[in-house]
Amino acid sequence: MLRMLKKIMQQGMVTEDYFMSSVPARFRGRLEVSDQKCRDCVKCVESCPTGAIKLRKNKICVDHDACIFCGRCVDVCEKKILRHTLNYECAHLKGQLDKEAGEAVAKKIRSVLGRSLAIRHVDAGSCNACDFEMSALLNPVYDITQYGIEFVASPRHADMLMVTGVVTRNLRSALETVLQATPTPRLVMAVGACACSGKVFGDTYAQEGAVDKIVPVDIYVPGCPPRPQALLYGLLLALDRL
Amino acid sequence: MIKTKEVAASGLRAAANAISKGGKIPLHAMFANDERSINGNFCVYVLFSGAESGDFSMIKGWIADGQPLEFPSLTPLLPAAAWYEREIHDLFGITPVGHPDLRPLVLRDNWPQDCYPMRKDFDKNSKGKSEPQEESHPHVHGEGVFEVPVGPIHAGIIEPGHFCFSQAGENMIHVDPTLFFTHRGVEKSLEGLTATQAIFRVERTCGACSVSHALSFSQAVESLAPSEIPVRALYIRVLTAELERLYNHVGDIGNICAGIGFAVGTSQGARQKEMLMRFNEELTGGRFLRGLIVPGGVAFDIPGDLIRQASSVINALEKDFEELVEIVQESSGVQDRVRRTGILPRQAAAELSIVGPAARASGMDIDLRRDHPYAAYDQLSFKVPVRIHGDVEDRLLLRVAEVRESCSIIKQTVSALAETRGLIKIELEPAAPWASGIGWSESARGANFHWVMLDAKQKIYRCFIRSASYPNWPALAVAAPGNIIPDFPLINKSFELCYACLDR
Repeated sequence: MLRMLKKIMQQGMVTEDYFMSSVPARFRGRLEVSDQKCRDCVKCVESCPTGAIKLRKNKICVDHDACIFCGRCVDVCEKKILRHTLNYECAHLKGQLDKEAGEAVAKKIRSVLGRSLAIRHVDAGSCNACDFEMSALLNPVYDITQYGIEFVASPRHADMLMVTGVVTRNLRSALETVLQATPTPRLVMAVGACACSGKVFGDTYAQEGAVDKIVPVDIYVPGCPPRPQALLYGLLLALDRL
Repeated sequence: MIKTKEVAASGLRAAANAISKGGKIPLHAMFANDERSINGNFCVYVLFSGAESGDFSMIKGWIADGQPLEFPSLTPLLPAAAWYEREIHDLFGITPVGHPDLRPLVLRDNWPQDCYPMRKDFDKNSKGKSEPQEESHPHVHGEGVFEVPVGPIHAGIIEPGHFCFSQAGENMIHVDPTLFFTHRGVEKSLEGLTATQAIFRVERTCGACSVSHALSFSQAVESLAPSEIPVRALYIRVLTAELERLYNHVGDIGNICAGIGFAVGTSQGARQKEMLMRFNEELTGGRFLRGLIVPGGVAFDIPGDLIRQASSVINALEKDFEELVEIVQESSGVQDRVRRTGILPRQAAAELSIVGPAARASGMDIDLRRDHPYAAYDQLSFKVPVRIHGDVEDRLLLRVAEVRESCSIIKQTVSALAETRGLIKIELEPAAPWASGIGWSESARGANFHWVMLDAKQKIYRCFIRSASYPNWPALAVAAPGNIIPDFPLINKSFELCYACLDR
């Protein structure tokens, strides 16, 4: 008992604020395309394992929802046009929170959910990396409860569903049932490249596709997996608390 | 060394009986392959440990064109074959004759009859029509016996699985797990890709075993043609494999505390795991160490300052971790819950051919790093801890001992890396057409096997992935009965099995 108290006292507080976070130099974040003219060698397009890179009118376009941040396109680009930045803040809003859909709906949802958000996790077919990063939000370092956000045990108690993984055939009905059980107003977040794009494992007999093919999605958080701060960024962005 | 014996599929059981010495030598994997375009046959492969240490034995059973698609089931001889055979039945439509329980395993309620997705003539883009089938599972009958169905969506942040508990009051009589919810068809999705393209999908089979999958797959591909992987790359592979084991074990010890409700242990474990995950990101740019291991070596080098940093991270962890262990061990609340809970007897562990910490906690002295050394493990000295009771406590303490060993391995690797310079990757020679090979590694959960066959164009014809969770899942259903249902999450956490690894 004394040893336990000693350890707790010695350890002190380890919790970090979102804005305190630092990013290591080797981190592979959002891809940046320089203005230099591309040689159209399409090596980056061919090397991308998820087909996230397209060439449109000599301009490289990156679909960050499908990007798994593997760094292969950067390696093969001879003119060094592509570069991974340290920026992990790739989350973006759609659906009910989309600016173009009108601020009124978003404002109303935020006024109901904004200060305390209850989240239910739904694994729709993930590799568990996204799930582990969500669990990490509960550790003492990120301590997500400091933002008034908590994970709850049932969709009936939830304001938001965080869905990980490409929707598999075996989980489609579970995902649909969970959405029905979640009271409105509710938000749905697609977590990670599989959930956002459904392209990580191509298209096989066992998959139904990205989450937004099955249920409407309001927040997309790209990454493979998104680091905990990227998830936090997505949550704070959705609640307009940045 | 892998010794392969070819037999007609009808002689599979006799051959398995001879090679396994009547079921005494463990079965590692069993899978089918549609080789009709190569030799006109469907084939069933069975992988065993070899009779001599360091060896593997493989049986290839062929079913010639026009013959009935069946083989004598190995399950009555080797209980470990049960799930593999159900999977073969689901995905290839080959029937193991005499199998005691041929319920669907991988494809369920909405999958059409007579449609087998792993056959080569299955259209990759066809999803098959939905035809709901009746789900059936064995029921336990008796006065006062009731069922508690749980999942696939659980209360915590966990992967999906459905468990049906048959209860007599608080006591579990029987647990029937339904898994494969996250079956994504990973193996099918690899077909037609080159090894360099496939590695990204392979390491995304499972998050917590990313390194192990990448390593097994790369080694399988490298075994297809003579190749000498640079020494520096081998040590970097060991470094990342051990870092993966460390963050898993430290996190799992914290999670076992969560299963008990011992909040101090949970928080300390989670904090230490976070420290390790952050170091992973500094080292490789990703918290799950992805993108580093590729066929032919490693994709990028690790500079000296980061290698030195590994030493200081490990030194800091060792002190921190020992303090956590002391706290856990002196708490009577923890001891009450873990001791004699969820016992997996040695015999059951052996019959189910289970692997990893769960097997070693039940008295099985097995570890691929020592028994079938790969990468640079033959250059490193380490002990393989073994415990005998097979309860939650032993699985917890075994992980504690393995954390210490991993720290020692990482320190040795750091010194070795300080002295090795040079190449980190080579171009692999093309493999002979239809060459096949096995790669293996010991993940945090146990033996992880990949079997790869390349076609004439060096594209993947078939890749079979057998992760450590595959043989261990059925063991959970043996360890749980007899315990009270509130202990199930704790027992489950002490095995710490991946769903994604199993489901693929």
